[in-house]
Amino acid sequence: MFSQIMGDPAARVFAAILLVALSGVPGLFIRTGATGQRLATAASAVAAALALPSVVTMLLARQTATYSVFWNLPFGACEVAIDPLSAYFLIPIFVVFLCGSVYANGYFPAARHGYAEARVTFFYGLLAAAMALVVIARNGALFLIAWEVMALSAYFLLVTEHEEPEVRTAGLVYLVATHIGTAALFVYFSLLNAHTGSFLFPAAGGLHLPAVAATTLFALALFGFGAKAGLMPLHIWLPAAHANAPSHVSAVLSGVMLKMGVYGILRFLSFVDAPPLWWGGLLTGMGLFSAFMGIALASSRRDIKRMLAYSSIENIGIITAGIGIAVIGQATGNARLAYLGMAGALLHVINHSLFKPLLFMGAGSVIHATGTRELDTMGGLAKNMRWTALFTLAGVVAISGLPPFNGFVSEFMLYMGFFGEAASSSTASSYLVVGAPVLAMTGGVALICFVKLYGVAFLGAPRSAQAAGSHEAPAAMLLPMAALAGACLFAGLLPQALLPLAEAAMSVPAPVSAGLGGSPVEPGWFTFAGLGLLGLAAAVAVLLGRRLSSLPSSASRTWGCGYLAPSARMQYTGTSFSEMFTTLTKGVVRASVIHTEIKGFAPKPSAFGYVPEETVIERFLVPMFNVSGSCFAFVRRVQSGRIHIYMMYFFVTLVTLMIWTR
Amino acid sequence: MNPMADQLLVLTLLLNFIVLGTSRLNLAVRAVAVQGIALALLPAIIHPFSWHLAGIVLGMLIVKGAVIPWMITGAIRKAEIKREVEPFIGFITSLITGALFTAAAFIFAQNLPLAPEHKGLLFVPASLATFMCGFLVLIARRKAISQIIGYLLLENGIFVFGLLLADAMPGMVEAGALLDLLVGIFVMGIVVNHISREFSTLDTSKLTTLREDVRP
Repeated sequence: MFSQIMGDPAARVFAAILLVALSGVPGLFIRTGATGQRLATAASAVAAALALPSVVTMLLARQTATYSVFWNLPFGACEVAIDPLSAYFLIPIFVVFLCGSVYANGYFPAARHGYAEARVTFFYGLLAAAMALVVIARNGALFLIAWEVMALSAYFLLVTEHEEPEVRTAGLVYLVATHIGTAALFVYFSLLNAHTGSFLFPAAGGLHLPAVAATTLFALALFGFGAKAGLMPLHIWLPAAHANAPSHVSAVLSGVMLKMGVYGILRFLSFVDAPPLWWGGLLTGMGLFSAFMGIALASSRRDIKRMLAYSSIENIGIITAGIGIAVIGQATGNARLAYLGMAGALLHVINHSLFKPLLFMGAGSVIHATGTRELDTMGGLAKNMRWTALFTLAGVVAISGLPPFNGFVSEFMLYMGFFGEAASSSTASSYLVVGAPVLAMTGGVALICFVKLYGVAFLGAPRSAQAAGSHEAPAAMLLPMAALAGACLFAGLLPQALLPLAEAAMSVPAPVSAGLGGSPVEPGWFTFAGLGLLGLAAAVAVLLGRRLSSLPSSASRTWGCGYLAPSARMQYTGTSFSEMFTTLTKGVVRASVIHTEIKGFAPKPSAFGYVPEETVIERFLVPMFNVSGSCFAFVRRVQSGRIHIYMMYFFVTLVTLMIWTR
Repeated sequence: MNPMADQLLVLTLLLNFIVLGTSRLNLAVRAVAVQGIALALLPAIIHPFSWHLAGIVLGMLIVKGAVIPWMITGAIRKAEIKREVEPFIGFITSLITGALFTAAAFIFAQNLPLAPEHKGLLFVPASLATFMCGFLVLIARRKAISQIIGYLLLENGIFVFGLLLADAMPGMVEAGALLDLLVGIFVMGIVVNHISREFSTLDTSKLTTLREDVRP
């Protein structure tokens, strides 16, 4: 019986999800020692081993497994299903969860954090399982339940260090933002129910609606799922939340949870039989806006994790732009465009879920070693933390979209999409070519941003005593980083391994793409180019090494600039590195600069300070909330705090209802 | 219906007024205990005998007539409070309001869309009146112990209404309601103890931290 059930790949996935959900439970009861954490890690490994092969087989076979769930709730029939789109999004959940669980053994050990560790481990498993349930749910009510469990466990994870007021504020902002998004989703599923007559999801392409109704649904989905994904005007909660969570939690939040928003949008698009052209235009525009603004804001940050968080906004923007291109392709019946957009978006989903957790883990190792998130007090870490530096370098190259790593592949697909249309036709889609320079500019700024991150943290001379006394991370932290870095390289060199998976998944939201019958870019070229580049680099390194060994050499401090007695404070800081770009984009990236003017020939001691601003929050939302707070001050009088008065409210309501219904 | 049952219900209504009108907590507790006993006897009078019914009556008698009053009296002794001073709504005003509520309950009960066999019975108005008097005590009194008494009155009102459905009501539901009540009182007893120990007062009107302060 048991082996019969486990013979079904979908059943193995369900078992894995259950295992993940319960992985933290033993730890709640075993209060001493690291046994709970080890058990959770083992459970995550077993779950990944159970689920990942099944998911990949189902994807390659393009199988759909549907199960009806027996429940007593008044929301009609309930189903869970694993179709190619769901299966595709299950991959990052299990991969990142496994890596994060292993990483936690070194980063957040039970020995140092006591019972806080048990809580984190429990909610970590619950978060991953809830995300998996979000992906496989086929009933609006079940979806919302899973969505809410996901949002709340993420909240409990990110307020782990709740002693800090900053963490509490970040948690509160997140909680409010996520619930505003969820409120939109409640309306969305209710409307969907009103149109289809059931909470079950409509079949792919099975939603035929008048334009107004479809647009309303689209707007609600974009708002609700966009808020979760962190699309630009809805991103306000994201940087603070991801920066203040423990690093292995940030890895999951950033690498996987944002993708749940993307999944929601894709799932909605799969319902609609013929999406209008302008939806694609809007998605592309919003995506490119998010991408550019996200990376521009990232480049001016001083907090290493805030930089990574803003760069997540950029990557989500790139993914959304890809979806937009695919929708345009779908609307105009252009198979090539649909394929390129969707392949770019879906590959970037996986790619971002490989390199962003890698970078967050790298940042976690750095914080673990130096005890600070401030980039400008780091420096020279590569000397003491060789392996962390190497793996982070892989992540940095990958996220900048450079070959031979995986970021290049997905962004290249999008460039092909943008450029390919310029020559092809005279339709509206030829305007798409305008997107290419924006994407290119984003890539350029990403390079500035990540050169700053890597250069300032790992290269040069240490800027503080903590940076000088840094130490290498334990093996439990290096191992998942190595695995992720390896996966980044693998996906960059052999995209033909991932493309069939993405092709299977894209058949759901963009069926037109199947008309192409394969990638318009021969994936072998990526291998060729990547290997060629690696070979070239190796050749140059050998040549240079040979030249150097024959020349006399002298040792001096890094970035000493030829001074006689250079000090670490004379180096470029992260702020000064990005200063020029920040000045160029003063209009959008605001910062307050504090400096005193230097006068005369023997000037007095002077100081210079630079604080990047959270523009949207500080300039727009805080004033808005203050105004609405003072407008509604009279409501507070209702809130007296006395139990008796509340009892009276109950009673008055009750009596009013009695009279009303009479 | 049974004249005996009607007399018990009238007794229940009168006991409401004792609770509303007295400042002595011990008297109020005793009044509620008597009310509990009267209500426990009611099902025995209106329904034919069965072992199941006997169990319920006995359970009700023990819990409402003995255990709960005993617990509250204990709390009163520990907290060293004898009287409810300076209630939010004075005793005379409470009495008059209670009388108005009782009258309103009778008027309202006439207009309720009840099943024909329940029309014209004293059960519905008695239930509503007890319920509203309980609410009144909850609103009008300051001390935590008075609040418990209000809660008990409220439960008694609900119980009377439940008697109408007693035929259809399986034993589990009644047992559940009783247990719910016991646990509720138990929790409140603990809360009362903690309040008096922490703040050396049982005045719940001082517990206003629920309110969020207006930010500067």
